[in-house]
Amino acid sequence: MSWRVIGTIYGKELRDSLRDKRTLVSTIVIPTFIMPALMLVVVKATAVIVSKAREEIPRIMVLGGADSPGIRAELEKTGKFRLERASADWKALISNKRVRAAVEIPAGFEGALGSGSAPAITLYDYQGELKSGLAVEQLRNFFTGLRSRATARLLADRGLPASIARPFEVQEANVAPPEKVGGNLMGGFVPYFLILLCFTGAMYPAMDLTAGEKERGTMETLLCCPAARTDIVLGKFLMVLTGALSAVAFSLISLSLSLLIIGSTIGTATAGMGPAGAMTPTIDLLGILGVLAMVLPIAVLFSAVVFCVCLFAKSAKEAQSYMTPLVFIIIVPCGIGLLPGIDLNYHLALVPVANVSLVCKEMLSGVWHWGYIAVIFGSTALYAAAALALAVFMFRREGVIFRT
Amino acid sequence: MIEARLLTKVFRDKKRGEIRGADGVSFRVEPGRIYGLLGANGAGKTTTLRMLATLLKPTSGTAVVAGYDVVREPDRVRANVGFLATSTALYARLTAREMITYFGRLNGLGEPALRERMRLLADELDMHDFLDRRCEKLSTGMKQKTSIARTIIHDPQVMIFDEPTLGLDVMTARSIVRFVRECRGRGKTVIYSTHVMSEAEKLCDVVGIIHEGAIRAEGTVAELKERTGEADLEECFVRIVCPKEAK
Repeated sequence: MSWRVIGTIYGKELRDSLRDKRTLVSTIVIPTFIMPALMLVVVKATAVIVSKAREEIPRIMVLGGADSPGIRAELEKTGKFRLERASADWKALISNKRVRAAVEIPAGFEGALGSGSAPAITLYDYQGELKSGLAVEQLRNFFTGLRSRATARLLADRGLPASIARPFEVQEANVAPPEKVGGNLMGGFVPYFLILLCFTGAMYPAMDLTAGEKERGTMETLLCCPAARTDIVLGKFLMVLTGALSAVAFSLISLSLSLLIIGSTIGTATAGMGPAGAMTPTIDLLGILGVLAMVLPIAVLFSAVVFCVCLFAKSAKEAQSYMTPLVFIIIVPCGIGLLPGIDLNYHLALVPVANVSLVCKEMLSGVWHWGYIAVIFGSTALYAAAALALAVFMFRREGVIFRT
Repeated sequence: MIEARLLTKVFRDKKRGEIRGADGVSFRVEPGRIYGLLGANGAGKTTTLRMLATLLKPTSGTAVVAGYDVVREPDRVRANVGFLATSTALYARLTAREMITYFGRLNGLGEPALRERMRLLADELDMHDFLDRRCEKLSTGMKQKTSIARTIIHDPQVMIFDEPTLGLDVMTARSIVRFVRECRGRGKTVIYSTHVMSEAEKLCDVVGIIHEGAIRAEGTVAELKERTGEADLEECFVRIVCPKEAK
């Protein structure tokens, strides 16, 4: 193995790739602008939609309750609802979003309030629909307040203090610093984006340097020189790795800036929801560095795997057709960090991609399981070494290089 | 010097089974001589030349190129061979200078030697006007000159040409033929594959006619004509590879 030859090949590939628009787009433009922009748009749009939905005074329908005029009057007096005339097709109206929710007040409800034996109120909403959910939340708050007042009156009538129904209060306080809150909120998304971008960053240089060269006839030109096959593979592989790591580096810088903006958006959107909500989440710098360290072996793994796959292909088009299903294969374990309730264990620590996704999520939320980290780093490095050895093996095979 | 000894290459194809790309090919080329490998498409010319250039490993047999065995010392063989074929393309995004420099470095030339060779080749091939232009922007003739410079940047003892004039216009093809002659003049061992009879007749000292992977006849053009009783090399070729087709 000659480092001088590897360096010469790497230098040439780097120069060549920097002149290739497709590689520049996949390793610099997309990670820097498009992904964070998409993320920003989604988060901003969600914040605006939720905020607008909260501002809306929902149209609701009161079903029944003809003998409970006081309740109806109180509902109107709050100013938080627009009461619609009861209609037989109220379900259709909720489905069509003409009415956000309905409340069914059974006969004799108001009269029975004073005796403490009032029948149940039923709230109707369209589950999964944001504005309908918010309307029901408002209705629930109204009837909870009504119940508290009724309880207090009943107790007062019997000469008992109101506190007897609420002997103690429950308070909540957040102990997590802002960066941990940010880590918990966004910890699943950051590794998801980074791992995917790392893969796409490796993809285009790999296609260009292997199948692309075969197709253009430059591979045969290169094979005529006395450079050892292993040196050629390593020189090219280093370029593919550079593509993967560049995508990660550019996306990390860009994501950090985006998260600052997103954090303030979330902070604004959650203001007034208690002390935790008022906090502006940020991302822990140590967590980011940890993610970067864990992405390193996975970048090597991805680079070697895509190198092997693209090397096998006869043309860039064929390589592209192999890459598409491979992206889907990566997305599944990569997205595991986005799922709630999945905790890292030693079995999962051996599953490539999923392990990094989960451990990165943990690191960003301030949890550092050194045992898992060591197993994940070690196993991913081992898989990467195996994939690289396979790339060297394949490059020596005439059936692969001169595949027609 | 090149000495091929029973070079055989068997390809295995799922549909067609075993294909003998070269079948016991033997010949010898001395320095300062041009050996023409004459054959139709698919006759085994490229397979044989790729084995000599160590791009393919022989299934059996071997060859000694510039004193090195193609099976046991492929890296040393490549260091002493210049291989030019229609299939050996240029890197489109590199300039002609970058392309030649890259291959000079890969062939182990130091920077001063590389600069000197570059200057010499640019003078000889009249490349100064386009040395810093990207290969994708070059004309066919300029590309061919760049390919030649890439092939001989390390001044190899042995030159292998695999149908180098295929698809080229007359003027560019003539410049290639001239260059091949110059290689002979400099004492290099040259092997030249073609299916253009006139080229072989003008250029080659010895011709080997290859058909279905095997050398069917060998000798100077005059000897082949005498042996077959034909006045024209094309008729000689047809009589050797397909007697039924001969006049």
